[in-house]
Amino acid sequence: MSAAEATAAKIHSAAPATGTPEAELAHKCLYYMLLMREVEDRVERKLYRQGKVVGGVYVGRGQEAIPVGSALVAQADDVLFPSHRDMAVFFVRGVSARRVLAQYMGRVGGLTRGRDGNMHMGDMSAGVVSIISALAATVPVAAGAALAMRYKGINGVAFSYFGDGATSRGDWHEGVNFASVQKLPVVFICNNNQYAYSTPLNLQMACANVADRGPAYNMPAEIVDGNDVLAVYEATVRAAAYARAGSGPYLLECKTFRMTGHSAHDMAQYVPKGLFEEWGKLDPIVRLEKRMIEQPWATQGEIDEVHAAIAREVDDAVAWAEQSPFPDAATLLDDVYENV
Amino acid sequence: MSTTYLEAIREGLWEEMERDPNVFCIGEDIGEYGGAFKVTAGLLARFGTRRVVDTPISEAAIVGAAIGAGLMGLRPVAEMQFADFISCGFDQIVNFAAKCRYRWSAGVPIVIRAPSGGGIHGGPFHSQNPEMWFVRTPGLKVVCPATAYDAKGLIKSAIRDNDPVLFFEHKGLYRRIKEDLPTEDYTVPIGKAKVVREGRDLSIITYGAMVWTALEAAETLAAEGCSAEVVDLRTLLPLDRETICASVRKTSKALLLHEDTRTGGMAGELAATITENVFEYLDGPIVRVTAPDTPVPYSPPLEEAFLPNAEKVVEKALWLHRY
Repeated sequence: MSAAEATAAKIHSAAPATGTPEAELAHKCLYYMLLMREVEDRVERKLYRQGKVVGGVYVGRGQEAIPVGSALVAQADDVLFPSHRDMAVFFVRGVSARRVLAQYMGRVGGLTRGRDGNMHMGDMSAGVVSIISALAATVPVAAGAALAMRYKGINGVAFSYFGDGATSRGDWHEGVNFASVQKLPVVFICNNNQYAYSTPLNLQMACANVADRGPAYNMPAEIVDGNDVLAVYEATVRAAAYARAGSGPYLLECKTFRMTGHSAHDMAQYVPKGLFEEWGKLDPIVRLEKRMIEQPWATQGEIDEVHAAIAREVDDAVAWAEQSPFPDAATLLDDVYENV
Repeated sequence: MSTTYLEAIREGLWEEMERDPNVFCIGEDIGEYGGAFKVTAGLLARFGTRRVVDTPISEAAIVGAAIGAGLMGLRPVAEMQFADFISCGFDQIVNFAAKCRYRWSAGVPIVIRAPSGGGIHGGPFHSQNPEMWFVRTPGLKVVCPATAYDAKGLIKSAIRDNDPVLFFEHKGLYRRIKEDLPTEDYTVPIGKAKVVREGRDLSIITYGAMVWTALEAAETLAAEGCSAEVVDLRTLLPLDRETICASVRKTSKALLLHEDTRTGGMAGELAATITENVFEYLDGPIVRVTAPDTPVPYSPPLEEAFLPNAEKVVEKALWLHRY
């Protein structure tokens, strides 16, 4: 076990002061949300600006509750298809911050060994499939993975993540329709952050909610407070149970807000200023911490210690990633095919 | 008993489904209806709806679902009803399937069957040869069998391959050609061309239905005193450059023939391969016989003018022979 993984394990086992399952869940949620926030912060505000991340940076700041609350519901055999703003899915599935940072920095230690950047990565042994840049392309692929699980008699569920903009793509509709016709075990999880690059929702779709698309596919659809990690968790439990029972796919629309530009180079001046302030008050991490103290599932001191431990873990991960070598140019031609 | 090209493909699918429980078929109208051309006829009755999956009219979902199932260890064979419709699944093929292994070491063992080709009065959207849209996509394999033997052997190899394979089956050959096939299991390797007629004076390098056009032309040429060698590429990607170059080293003249349109067609890559590798053996210019740069027209006089035929090949070959 690496030092970073040991830190994570220590937090998990040491966390629940009161010992209740609710407290334990809250601590896990806090850990993964903070880890995603901290890693993305390093990537966006430090490593990118230092020239150590040379390509695009697309973060999910303010949206951490969605990947965390949903992925924690997934079981070992389930397969997840995170979007580019769902970094925490990788952490929940056991991919270390070290490898995620190495991926961003184009190093051999990243999941794609420098062949691709940012969240464009996957690992079938962790049950995580890589996105491609064309949004919603993973939606029919997730349906196919669900078909395969049913085919093989695995009682698994595919977790298909996407943003609001992706629901305008033909791939989305084809994939959702196919999953519905075949009654496939897929949980469709929309992180509706209200902007697709610079395009606001009202220029993206004529219906008020992504969930409004559900009835067209005879698919249950639920609107969820995407900035409440426990609400996301509970909704995903319902959705996954429905899918796992063989009833068909289930759509969760998690309402949230993109607290950044589309990418690190986008100042998002097209977003009315008030919206950042308004949604800033709904920060999912702040809300969870407040609730943990009120319950009480944790003391302020314990929460402060989680922050400190995360900072140490990410310091270690950055150092590890920076020491991971760049790929050798001699490997350029490798692995286009298995055998050619 | 003779087996047609179409039956050979069906036998290949059938035998692979019997051999490997992870092999299944997915596509439009492939179940009860047996496919638009009846290639999958009988599969549903034998293997059931679990392994013969009829889909909505959704090429992106067909290819996408095949990719997802392939990532999970199954071996899907997806059918495009006509190769022309493959453009609706283009992104899934060239950006998803083709790049998974290189990017994140995930094999996508899928086959996409695509009935292609003209000569059946199908018009602009039921006659195309879209193989070159894919030949320039690293990560894909592209196969174009010309004979029943190769069709069966190559579909089996494609199904057993751990990378995505596009299988262009020429619908003009479906019921036109037949031959006796071995009763035992056999495969034809992907990436290997074949000299289907030996000759001394020039090489006709081609693939798909045009192999038969080349053989017909070679007969006529023989009567004119020109000994033509015919090379059937069988696989376009990865390309068997050795067999191509060996033939040109032997004959010193190359005529490149394909039913696909001219600009950006396979002949361009073949010409570059020949000049890069065996330029000093050439005794004449490299000659192309291809369809012109137009959509595939519907009306018979237009389509006949569009398609290469033996007469056009003979004319160019004799010119090259005399050069």
